Amino acid sequence: MWQLILFNVTNGLIIGAFYVLMALGLSLILNLSNVINFAHGGFLVIGGYIAYTITPYIGFWGALLLAPPLTAVIGLAVERVLIRPLYGRDPLYSLLLTFGLAFMIEDGTRFIFGPQGKPVTIPAFLAQPLSNELFFITGYRLFMVAVVVIAVTLLFLLLRYTRLGVRIRAGTLDLETVAALGINVQMLRSLNFAVGIFLAGLSGVLAAGQLGLEPTMGTGLLMPSFIAIIVGGIGSLPGTLAGGLLIGVASGLTAVFLPAASEAVIYVLMAVVLLLRPRGLFGEEGMMS
Amino acid sequence: MSSEQTRKLIALAAIWAALLLAPYWMVPLGGYTSLATRVLVLGLAAMSLNFLLGFTGVLSFGHAAYFGLGAYGAGLALKFIALSTPLALILGMLLGGVCGAILGTLIVRRRGVYFAMVTIAFGQVFYYIAFQWSSLTGGDDGLRGFSRQPLDFGAFKIDILSSANNFYYFVLFCFALAVGVMGFILRSPFGRTMIAIRENERRARFLGIPVERHIWIAFTLSCFFMGFAGALYALVNNFADPRGLHYSQSGDFVMMAVMGGMRSFWGPLLGATVFVVLQDYLSSVTVNWMSFVGLLFVLVVLFFPRGLLGFLQRSKA
Repeated sequence: MWQLILFNVTNGLIIGAFYVLMALGLSLILNLSNVINFAHGGFLVIGGYIAYTITPYIGFWGALLLAPPLTAVIGLAVERVLIRPLYGRDPLYSLLLTFGLAFMIEDGTRFIFGPQGKPVTIPAFLAQPLSNELFFITGYRLFMVAVVVIAVTLLFLLLRYTRLGVRIRAGTLDLETVAALGINVQMLRSLNFAVGIFLAGLSGVLAAGQLGLEPTMGTGLLMPSFIAIIVGGIGSLPGTLAGGLLIGVASGLTAVFLPAASEAVIYVLMAVVLLLRPRGLFGEEGMMS
Repeated sequence: MSSEQTRKLIALAAIWAALLLAPYWMVPLGGYTSLATRVLVLGLAAMSLNFLLGFTGVLSFGHAAYFGLGAYGAGLALKFIALSTPLALILGMLLGGVCGAILGTLIVRRRGVYFAMVTIAFGQVFYYIAFQWSSLTGGDDGLRGFSRQPLDFGAFKIDILSSANNFYYFVLFCFALAVGVMGFILRSPFGRTMIAIRENERRARFLGIPVERHIWIAFTLSCFFMGFAGALYALVNNFADPRGLHYSQSGDFVMMAVMGGMRSFWGPLLGATVFVVLQDYLSSVTVNWMSFVGLLFVLVVLFFPRGLLGFLQRSKA
């Protein structure tokens, strides 16, 4: 029994780590630019398929290093051409636009790569389980968690100590004042968007190694990421981090006792949190309005 | 009567004439009557959403949930409770509306993008329920095994099952009823208050209007209308689909409202007409219709943000 529980908690934590990467990117863009990026799952897929395409030439490690920045460049272009004209407008429009974009990316990858799943080969030593007893903890899973931890730590260091990070945080609180201080807000938004998409691309590469690639995989991860943000508290990145891990573990644990409800439980969790703490676990006053 | 009023009256007469005669002009144009019925039902859904979106200014991106609930409510009523079309419509409407009223209490305090996010996430709850509870709902395959029933007036019966035209006029009657109520609410002091909240929420609050309660009432009413439209949709297809609850369906409804023109009462009907006909056409000519629908979203947002009616009005002015 303990093994089953441990297995599912581990599973939950790993899935939670994906939610965290996705949700942090979404959260960054939402907080600064007030854009709900429905195409975030699409960028994850792009990252995964880029990795799939370049792995035969430069290997898994090269793809891991190269695919996320390439995805971020695509994101930068999309932001510049499609999303920038919408900043001053009702958030409805950016929502609809990214919604349409998500359709196009999903259908586009299906058109180019076919509807079947594609495997991405990972280095052989990572595919081994650690021990017979803990057969479910493969090296790759540990490796994924390590990459997520490193990425999240770097993100928080970036936001805490670099000039760009300070500006992003300041802009989240009061973009008008930041603009009045002579900071190029357009540039700030673009860079912030690129950082968010970089994280989506990174999750795409990691997911490709674990689950294989499918054009629809991004859509499935999108809704839990939304819930991670809402549960953690909109406007709070540490909240998003906690929210992602929490719903991952919650759905993992539910899978032990009531498999059919493992997906529904995250919605229940969200309803309970919103009832008891309408701002979310880490939400701050004023962030919701 | 001023020329403005005359123009409005003529437009209104033209809309109803076009709707009343649809079975006669659609078929020669290459359409079919059940396509007209579908346009009417989805148009009603888009108008119900726009009741909230366009007239209260609150962005709900999860309204398909209440549409789908209406469909499941009607289907389950026909399957398990009684073979009565009106009862199915009423129960479907109630299921959508009551669920909306309950969730609304959790949602109404949020605004803008956050309102949208929470509505999307809560909307998905019902998708998962419909998907997972297969013993009741049929799961992924959808709810089958029911069909709309003839209308029984005691002395005579109207067959709406096999006659596409009869059914179209029945749906048009329901549509007129719902749209009439909607128009009546929007003209009432309550409707004016909704528009005041849309225009300037802070000012409305300073005037002593309980904004949260008004938004909750508007949300709930729009869920009732949505449930009604969903119940009709179940009758159209004799089938309830879990994908009708999914947020991508919500996106389609928002698109219909935006494409037609959010600020006008009839805009969403126009948007629904264009959207449904286009989707019907695209899915018959290409397997990549999803890309084209996505492209349509992008183009409308970038170039026609006020929708077709907004575009026409502005170019006239």
